[in-house]
Amino acid sequence: MADDKQRDYFLSDLFAPVGGFGVTFATMFRKVATEEYPEEKRPTQPRYHGRHQLNRHPDGLEKCVGCELCAWACPADAIFVEGADNDDTEGGAGRFSPGERYGRVYQINYLRCIFCGYCIEACPTRALTMTNEYELADDNRGDLIFEKDQLLAPLRQGMLQPPHPMVAGTTERDYYRGKVEKATPEQEAWVRDQDEAADAANDDTTAQPVAGHLEGGVTK
Amino acid sequence: MGIEEKLPAGFLLTTVEQVAGYMRKSSVWPATFGLACCAIEMMAVGTPDYDIARFGMERFSATPRQADLMIVAGRVSNKMAPVLRQVYDQMPEPKWVISMGVCASSGGMFNNYAIVQGVDHVVPVDVYLPGCPPRPEMLINAILVLHQQIQNSKLGVNRVEAARAAEQAALEATPTHAMKGLLA
Repeated sequence: MADDKQRDYFLSDLFAPVGGFGVTFATMFRKVATEEYPEEKRPTQPRYHGRHQLNRHPDGLEKCVGCELCAWACPADAIFVEGADNDDTEGGAGRFSPGERYGRVYQINYLRCIFCGYCIEACPTRALTMTNEYELADDNRGDLIFEKDQLLAPLRQGMLQPPHPMVAGTTERDYYRGKVEKATPEQEAWVRDQDEAADAANDDTTAQPVAGHLEGGVTK
Repeated sequence: MGIEEKLPAGFLLTTVEQVAGYMRKSSVWPATFGLACCAIEMMAVGTPDYDIARFGMERFSATPRQADLMIVAGRVSNKMAPVLRQVYDQMPEPKWVISMGVCASSGGMFNNYAIVQGVDHVVPVDVYLPGCPPRPEMLINAILVLHQQIQNSKLGVNRVEAARAAEQAALEATPTHAMKGLLA
């Protein structure tokens, strides 16, 4: 009996100096906790405050009405909005949103934005929401001021690139009640006519640089 | 067209710049320069959960003399600006700066007399990282953007040429005080 106990002590004493390596060795068989970030991204929470997005109505018209409430709510003064009137007349700038006005210039400075989401709370038309995108690093300050074309939601199925008229026989209210589901054939025909007219104008003046009708038109 | 066509199989050609860039980007050592809440996220990047050592950044250097990357994490007050510059000056060349978070990058929501409106007023910044604070993945993303820059950096005569071109572009660019809108 006494001899057995003696031998136990002998063995434990013998392996004591290397016992710690056992912990290291066992760790090799454990699941790795590290997030392999650039290759495998862990999804964010669904309501994560990431980059902003300017949403569209189902027919492609913009939801932003240029009210500047987001800019007023912003504690960091990161948002710049300049509204303009929608112009349905012949040869006018065109219609971008269903209502009276739209956001002609929309800029968010991501080097000021603190992603607090007050702008989203302030937005009366749910035009401004946040995405889960967070990879925004860049090498200069100018490129981190996002313009409207970078913030606008992509065109989905059934959407048409504004400017184009509203769905015939609807009011702004109908848009917010969800009565417009997609672009109508009349709208599509209108956009097609505009494109053809623009193409024809381009063919006439191939030698001259064409003044693009890009929205905003604001230099950084 | 060149020597590549005449080489036997199994040979790989590269430029000295590419090799040097690869070596440099593979072991960038950051200096600890945590100033505010962003520093907490910067520390999180060092934990096993995100493990910055995967990118050759084995440890955050306690002395600027053994560091070549300064991650300015947090708002820089006017009183801190000379200290920041001294730490930067003590770092050996080549060195890089990541401006982490909106406060370091542009002053963020602290548009007041106490805070430097962008750390690029004090040191040259290579990568700007938005966020308040940026999540650890965002910092790793900024580090990867910086890696890309280091990989493509020039050496010797080309470096001098690139620096001249950058200086010329900076001289021709609109100065910050003359900018309108959000860049002002």
